[in-house]
Amino acid sequence: MTLLSLTDVSVRYGRLTAVRGVSFSVAENEILFVTGPNGAGKSSLMRAIAGVTHCAAGKITLDGRDITAEKPENIARMGFSMVPEGREVFGSLTVEENLMVGTGMHGGAKRGRIADELASVYDTFPILKERRNGQAGLLSGGQQQMLVIGRALMTQPRLIAIDEPSLGLAPNITDQVYERLIALRAERGLTLLIVEQSSTRAVMVGGRMLLMRGGQIVLDGDARALGNSEAIQAAYFGYEDH
Amino acid sequence: MLQILFDALSLGSLYALGALGIALIFGVMRLVNFAHGDVIAFSVFALLWPSTDALAIVFAGQLPWYLLIPFVLIVGALLSVLCEIVVYRRFRHASPATMMIASFALGFVIRYFLLMLFTSRPKSISLLPALGQPVEIFGARLPLLQLITIVATICILLALTLFLRRTRFGLEMRAAAENFSMARMLGVRANNVIMGAFAISGALAGAIALIFGSQTGTLDIQMGASVMLMAFIATVIGGLGSLPGAVLAGFLLGAASVVMQVFLPIDARPFRDAFVYGAVILVLLFSPQGLISARGTKERV
Repeated sequence: MTLLSLTDVSVRYGRLTAVRGVSFSVAENEILFVTGPNGAGKSSLMRAIAGVTHCAAGKITLDGRDITAEKPENIARMGFSMVPEGREVFGSLTVEENLMVGTGMHGGAKRGRIADELASVYDTFPILKERRNGQAGLLSGGQQQMLVIGRALMTQPRLIAIDEPSLGLAPNITDQVYERLIALRAERGLTLLIVEQSSTRAVMVGGRMLLMRGGQIVLDGDARALGNSEAIQAAYFGYEDH
Repeated sequence: MLQILFDALSLGSLYALGALGIALIFGVMRLVNFAHGDVIAFSVFALLWPSTDALAIVFAGQLPWYLLIPFVLIVGALLSVLCEIVVYRRFRHASPATMMIASFALGFVIRYFLLMLFTSRPKSISLLPALGQPVEIFGARLPLLQLITIVATICILLALTLFLRRTRFGLEMRAAAENFSMARMLGVRANNVIMGAFAISGALAGAIALIFGSQTGTLDIQMGASVMLMAFIATVIGGLGSLPGAVLAGFLLGAASVVMQVFLPIDARPFRDAFVYGAVILVLLFSPQGLISARGTKERV
């Protein structure tokens, strides 16, 4: 079943077009990597889906509902959790307070799971438990990255979108993060939308991969099949031919 | 000596509460709300019937204190929330300068509304008259009101701190004040947080109105403006958006005013405020971010 669907989405900043007419859809429980060189429009695309950046054109639906002009909080409440690039921790709040910010949207059964969710986040990232009462702004870059990913998981999303999860993380921690995400995908049918600059991780983990360049999708296919094909190399290093 | 301390604390209380009301709103939406002073005036004028007499015709002011205090606080909160819904909501995406001008305009609307109903004559009123009596502490005779002002301010500050630290809504407000768009991506409803901030700020305006009105015994439609000016300065020195900074700077300003009143040579006393502002400039020269700089001065909403 299609969970998220984009049709001809464009994002503009003034005269600059960051995303031009992008269409794709994400099926429930799918794992989709969006890759591409710096400035390809990946982050703008993510922010447009999350509702924090205005779409200049096109349509976005989540679970069949049009969310193109929806408020970010309502999109989050529909089960879309976004981890933007740049580790946006609430620096003056404690680590645990950061984790709790996104849990207010739940009532009923989900609310009962908050304590379990917290335990499982601490289980994945023991350092966060150790520093739970410390100020989030004093964490190292890698620890902040763990915190924002943990914070997004605390909202118990159906779809989690992470903009460069490996940024600033030690490789073994990145492995742990991916292990946890893949386990959650199996356990509760979590859908993963992951932005990475390089395709290495996508090839390792498997799943579908989109490759963006110049605000457009230039490749769409199975990550392992695309793997080290010439098409990928051309997309990263080739000359702009459009 | 004790007298000076209590004078400083009670004047500081007034400034601190005012600064807090401005800092709260600035924190969540980068708006310097210059209408705050007029909300102060409005919430206490709501106790009177419209008239042109110098002697106030009291209406809700006759209520016993346990009804009168909540009445004024609620009027302040309601008016403040109304300002948000009717005016500020439309300026969410506007530049801070546009919002500031809108707040000036709104302040004038409120002030001239009061002028229309009550004229510009100050009105004498005895709010909570029982509080005028002096009490004796450590050999100093202090008005009971001054004592209550200080105690009430401390209670309000404690309650607000607990609210911000211990409640779900407080957590969301602190998160939103630091990074609004991230908070929204975590499902925090922007409108709720902003209306909450306006409600608290309005209730604080009501508290100031009560204290100020019962201290001076006269109500003037300009009364909010004088507190507002000092309170605004306090938020700037405190580091715009920083709540502890606003409170600290409010008390410091109160103390500076009182101390200068006492220790300046008699000839210089009429220029007391000039000396206070001079001190403010010095503080900002050495610490342009204010005493406690607010984190996350990023783009809002």
